Order: sequence, then structure tokens, then C-alpha cells
Amino acid sequence: MTYLTLEVLSRRYGPETGVFDLSLGLERGKILALLGPSGSGKTTTLRLLGGFEVPEAGRILVEGEDVTPLRPEHRRFGMVFQHYALFPHLDVGQNVAFGLEARGVSPAETMRRVTEALALVDLAGFERRTVGGLSGGQQQRVALARALAPAPRVLLLDEPLSNLDPALRERTRRELRGLIRRVGITTVIVTHEQEDAFDLGDVVAVLRDGRLQQTGPPEALYRTPVNPFVGGFIGRSSWLTGVVVSLDGNGARIRVEQAEWPVAARPPAGVGEPVRVMLRPEAMRIAPFEAQGLHGTITDRRFTGASAHFLVSTEGGAVVEVSAPPESAAAGDRVSLVPRHDPADREFVLHCFPPVDR
Amino acid sequence: MSAGPKRWSALLLVGLLLWLVAYPLLLVALESVHGPAGWTLEYLRRFVVESREWKALWASLWTSVASVVLAGMLGIPLAFLFERFEFPGRRLLGALVALPVVLPPLVGVIAFLFLYGETGFVARLVQAVLRLEDPPWRLEGAYAILLVHAYSMYVYFYLFTRAGLASLDPAVDEAAASLGADRWRTLRRVTLPLLAPSLRGAALLTFMTALASFSAPYIFGGGFRVMTTQIVFTRLNGDYGMAMVQTMVLSLVALAGLWLTREGGAAPANGGGKGVAPVPRLIQSAGLRRAATVGGWGLALLLLLPHLTLVLLSFVKPGTWTVETLPPAYTTGNYLALAGDPERLRPLVNSLWMASLSTAAALAVAVFAGLVTVRRREPGAALVERLLAVPWLVPGTVFAVALATAFGVHAPWVGRIVLVGTIWILPLAYLIRNLPIASRAVLAGFRGLDPTLDDASASLGAGRWLTLRRVTLPLLRPAVAAGATLAFVTALGDFVTSIILYTYDTRPLSLEILASLRQGDVGVASAYGVLLMALAALVFALGGERRVLSR
Repeated sequence: MTYLTLEVLSRRYGPETGVFDLSLGLERGKILALLGPSGSGKTTTLRLLGGFEVPEAGRILVEGEDVTPLRPEHRRFGMVFQHYALFPHLDVGQNVAFGLEARGVSPAETMRRVTEALALVDLAGFERRTVGGLSGGQQQRVALARALAPAPRVLLLDEPLSNLDPALRERTRRELRGLIRRVGITTVIVTHEQEDAFDLGDVVAVLRDGRLQQTGPPEALYRTPVNPFVGGFIGRSSWLTGVVVSLDGNGARIRVEQAEWPVAARPPAGVGEPVRVMLRPEAMRIAPFEAQGLHGTITDRRFTGASAHFLVSTEGGAVVEVSAPPESAAAGDRVSLVPRHDPADREFVLHCFPPVDR
Repeated sequence: MSAGPKRWSALLLVGLLLWLVAYPLLLVALESVHGPAGWTLEYLRRFVVESREWKALWASLWTSVASVVLAGMLGIPLAFLFERFEFPGRRLLGALVALPVVLPPLVGVIAFLFLYGETGFVARLVQAVLRLEDPPWRLEGAYAILLVHAYSMYVYFYLFTRAGLASLDPAVDEAAASLGADRWRTLRRVTLPLLAPSLRGAALLTFMTALASFSAPYIFGGGFRVMTTQIVFTRLNGDYGMAMVQTMVLSLVALAGLWLTREGGAAPANGGGKGVAPVPRLIQSAGLRRAATVGGWGLALLLLLPHLTLVLLSFVKPGTWTVETLPPAYTTGNYLALAGDPERLRPLVNSLWMASLSTAAALAVAVFAGLVTVRRREPGAALVERLLAVPWLVPGTVFAVALATAFGVHAPWVGRIVLVGTIWILPLAYLIRNLPIASRAVLAGFRGLDPTLDDASASLGAGRWLTLRRVTLPLLRPAVAAGATLAFVTALGDFVTSIILYTYDTRPLSLEILASLRQGDVGVASAYGVLLMALAALVFALGGERRVLSR
């Protein structure tokens, strides 16, 4: 049973900007990450959820109740803004108490819940501090406490990690995830960072130009992208041109330059027709030039620790990124790329897409 | 660069400012306790025992406070209407209703007279409709003054509130909404508290302007005296000692007002907002949208009506408008009379050259002060900034009296030369009155400059002069243009200092307007007024820096 439902939601600003026919569902207590490049409509979606934008079509439901006509102040959705939007003239405690007072909670109860909310975000005793004197991370936690204190039905987070420096980012992400799980609140997060989306989201929805591309758990998006955009936007990828050699059962054989590989899924083209082929860096290993495979020359080797990133220029002029043990090859070596796993045991995944993007 | 010439330049500036700004006021203080027969407390005693003086002081105070309240009641809602709601014509009207701030007060006052005065349009209309024998009212006394003040000083609240609203992070309002606060609660608990610094600034500016206001009490006061008019009439009666005491008292009241409204503590942080200007809400409900449109247009029209009146009257044929509601005959003769008669063209030429000269001089001092205080942070920088602000703190009447005192005596060994009665006293007065205006803009410009640009220029081998000419001044251009625009327009329309210091040969536009008015030459007075408005508007269009209005 979905808790939060978006039904063919539309809000257009221009032919390519806005949100178009967006439908999504989220179970109670789960985290949905809206992922996409800037201008993909993810923030618009969040603002539609918060009630700050009014959709031209479609509905938003919470447990079957239509909340679309409700104004933000009646919707009971908590929001943490990108730049926190703390009230600068109020202290930390007054900020957190604001939502409780607005909803007519008694002063005693308000005080209790402010203390509780601040303890939850590890800021116990900060009530009388001014918000201007807090660090960025602390401001964010005050914003979280403020949003959570009135016990909202849904928590909305707009780019929660974009204002933090990389060192703090990783830790904050972990704390955020822990906090949301502890509270058990249904949450929607907007982010343009794949890593944040994968780390925080139980479900990730990839948006582009205001349209939903694919939704699912992070692994599903990585392993079975439905189109080149999702494939390219999530994880690292190399792109090659191939030709369908034969079709068999549910799969096919694809030839890429000199190599011929099986695919487990039906390609979007007939025998003899071209397809776009996507390879993940870990799909290949580097073999001596003599081996049967995709021939090329190492143009760059970047050491990253346990493995190294290699760039291989194929004889057909493509560039393939391969992640392999550092000792596999050196720059300038002529090599052959072969599947890391036996194509038969299905761990090796070659993604095929139609030759021209849409 | 040695320390020698640096200190020398700062010393020179401090000396100049002390002489021009502080010394005349000091002389007023001295003369209020010094008569022909030596030191005396006689003037002070007479001030204290005269109920007339206390009445004028009280009148100044309460009308100023009432002006703040009325201007706020008009300006704040107007700012919300134009900043928060989108309706057709919003941009144009929003700029137009800010216009009175650049118009000389005297022009506003006579425009008001022609519209709402006992022989103005509205009175005539009411008289005609109700078939009355006499005009339905006389525009005179405290309420007339307050009406004019509210009508012209709402602009401060309007501009400050709009600027404050524009700088608010819209996410703060949305945060309040998502926490369950309705519009009214958000306004009361979030928006207005965050606007407090802007509102305090507007209140202070309105209070000081109302306290220093001269044109409105002079024209509409009748028997109702405030301190500024009291000073001028006392001087007219030849009671100079008493005028000095009155001048001292008025400046003390101004300083007290400033002290009472001084900003408490640091301005609150802006909540880490992006500083994106919020987009005016498009109103969803058609009814509300219509109401905003009607309200916006109606208010704008009402506020601009006096100035439109002035334009209309400048085309009235002399002697044709007697009892009719609307003037029966129109002509361009009033303007032609100005252009054709050298004696009538004279005030225009006077105002132009005196305003130009004083503006250029004020800018030169301001740039010099910027180099000394902001750029080199020399000792005495704080003193320089304070001295530059003094002419703004002290009402114009006070300064005019101070200058008349300081430069009416030939005593070069104590820094006093006779300038009163020469053509130089008015440009000097304008220069001093323009120092705060010019230096505020220019110093802000200096503060906005990245000091590493100077270092970069020096590392590329440019000397100080080349750096100033090729880097600093070009970057300062917007600030200088802004300061020049405001200073020029202020000097052009000056009435309050001119009426005390002018000579027949240097009579400025404002005095000529008054003279024409006295002779019943409504058409010519209006034509002069329109000319002033047009010049002010032209200068602003050329200066092209509207931001400066909201500081």
C-alpha cells in the first residue's frame, strides 16, 4: 500500500521546463530520492509536494487523501530548504517552536517537543543560541528539528547536502539517513548527486526535462537502465557502436569492432542493424593483445588504490573506461578487452540501446 | 610612499570639514550666549519664558512624529502591494510612485496647493457640486502640513520597505507556511520583524525630514509655527540672538531624534539565503487580482495627481481661470515667457550653475574622503565620516543660519570671511548640504571595491595616479553618478537654505517660484515647477541609477 502518491502531476513553465505527467508512489517510512541534472524538474516536484506550487493537472495523495488543494500551512508536510531558511530574528528554540505554536500546541507541550526535537538532531541545550552563530551543519540540523517538531506526515529535503564541504558531507549523509530511519518518516529528497541519491534513497527516481525516466531501487537503476540517459547519468559508462549478429531466445549476439559478445536481453534492433552499446568500467578486464576481444591501446592510467582506471582507445576510434587491478597494463600498451565474467553466467552485462537517442 | 604626505592629506581634509561643517555650528552656539554687550543668557531666558517658543517646539515635535505615523500607514501597504502582487502596470507605477523623492519639496507643496488648496481643483469641484458660496475649506495649519508631509514622505517608507522585502529570502516565508503559519501569522511573526531595520531607517529619515521641513509649514502654516519657520520669521524681525537660540534648540532636537532611533545591535543574519529576489506572487483569484490592479492604479494616480495638476496649470492662460472648475483656456505662453525674458530665465541659469558647481565640489571632497578613509584608513577617518554626515543630521534652516553667521563677518584670522551677499554663499551652502549625499554614495562605492585590484595594478607597474585614473575611478563611476545625480537634484530645487542666503542676483528657481506665486502668476510658477521636475527627471534618467534611492 503506497503512502504517498503522485498522480500524473503536471506544472509547466515552458515546453521543456516544469514537470510533465509525473506519477510516483512511495511506501510509508521509505525515502524517495529525486535525482536529475539541474532543470530536470526535481525541485519543482518538491515544491508541488510542499504546496508552494499548484499543479495544472494531477493529484497528490497521502494515504488515499487528496492533499492537492491544501495550502502549505494546512498540508502538514515538513520542509528543509536548501539554504535552510531559518528565521534570523528568532533563536534556535523559537525557530523549532514556530510550527508548534502555529498549530496551537500548548506552551508546556511545545517546550517538551522542542527539547525532544533538538535532542534528536544532537543539539540538546542549543535553545537560546542565535541561528547566525551556528555552523552550516548545525543550521541544517536546526532546520531538520524545526521541520520534524510538528510531526509532519511527509518530510521534504531540498538538496540537503549541497551546502556542506566534502569532509562533512559524507558524515552528514550518514547521520541524516540514521535520523530519518529512527524517526521512520516518509521522506522525499532532491539531489543532483548520484552518490547522495544512492546512499539515502530506498527508491530513486531519475528525472530529465521534467519527465520521469526510471524509478526503482539504486541497484536496479545501475544494472538495468531503461535508456541511455539513465545509463549515462548513473555510474560510469563507455559507449560503443555495435551490430546485431543474431537473435536467440530472449537474447542476442552483438558484434563490436572485432569482438562478438552475447547479451541476455532482446536488443532494440533486428539482425544486421546497429545498436548503441554501453559498458560499465567493471564489466571488462584487460588481457594481452593476442587474446580474442576488443583491441585497443592504453592512453591513460589513473591509480586509485585497490584498482586503477584505464582509458583504452579502440581501433574503431572509441574510448572505453576500464576498472582493473593496477598491474594489469601500462600506458601505451596494446591490449585486448575481454568480459570479466563468463558471458554465460550473466554477470557480464552489455546494455543495448537504439542507435539514435530517442 | 612615506607617511608624511599621507598624514598631510588627512589633516587637510579634517581641517576643511571642521571649518565648513563644525565651525559655523559652533559659532551659532557661541552667538546664542553672546550679545552686543558681551556674554549673556538673556536670549536663552527669553526663549524659556516665551510660551510662543515652546508652542513652536512642541509643534515641530508632534507634527514630525505624526508625519512618521501617517507616512508609514501610506508607504508600507503601498510597498507590499507593489512588491508582492503582480498586476498590469506594476513596474511602471511602482517606479512612478517613488518619484516624489527626487522632486524638490517646494514643487510638491505648490502642486498640492493647486490641487487641494482653497482655490485648487478639488475645492472648486466640491464647491461647484454642492453649489457653495465660498470655498469649502481652507488648506491651512497643522493638518495641512501633515497632509503634505504624508503625501510626500510616504516615499521613504515605500522605498525602504520595498528594498527590505526584496532582500528577504522567499524561502523564509515558505518555511513559515510549511510549518502551518497562515499569511497573517507569517506577516506578524516573520515578515515584519525581519523588516524592522528597514522600517526603523525609514522612520528616522521621515522624522528628520519632517523636523527639517520648511516649505510646507512656510506655505501652509498660517499662524501655526514650527521651529524652522519660527527661526526664519525671528530673523526677519531682526531678533538675531533669539534666532540663534532657536537654531540651537532645533539642532539638539534633531540629534536627540537620531540618538533615540539609533540602531540597536547588529543587523540579523539573512538566514544564509541565496539573495535571490523573490518573484511577485501572481494572484490566483481573479477578484483579488482586480482589487490589486484597481488599488495600485488608484493609489498611484492619487499620489501623482498633484504633479499632474502642476503640468496642467503650467499651460493655463494667465488671467483666464477665475471661477470655473477647470481652466477654460490653454497656452504655451508661460513657457515662452520664461524663455523670452532674460530676467525670468536668470533664476534657471543661476540654479543650474550653482547646482553644477556645488555638485562637482562635493564629489571631489567625497572622492578625496573615500581615498583617505576607506582606502588608506588613515587616522582621523572616523572623524571625517562623522563630519561628512553632520549636514544631514542638522536641519537645512539651521545650517543656513550657521553659514549666514559664520560668513557674514570679515575676520580672516579666525577663519571668517564675508561671503553673505556675494554670489559664492549659495554654492557653498549647496556644497555643504550635498556633502552627506555625495559622500554616502561615493564611500559605499569605495567599500564595494576589491582592494586587491589596487595591488594588481601596482604589481603591473602602475603608479598611484595611474591606478586612480585607470582602475579606481572607472570602477567608482556608478557610485559617483549616483551621488552626483542626487546631489545635483537636491541643489537644483533647494528652497530652505536659499531663502535665508540668496541675493537678488543669485536668486534660484525656488525663490522665483515663490515670487511668481505671490504675484498671482500661477501659470509661470507652475511652469517653473514643471521645469524643475523635468530637470530632476532628466538628470535621473541620465544618472540611470535608480538603486541609489533605496540606499
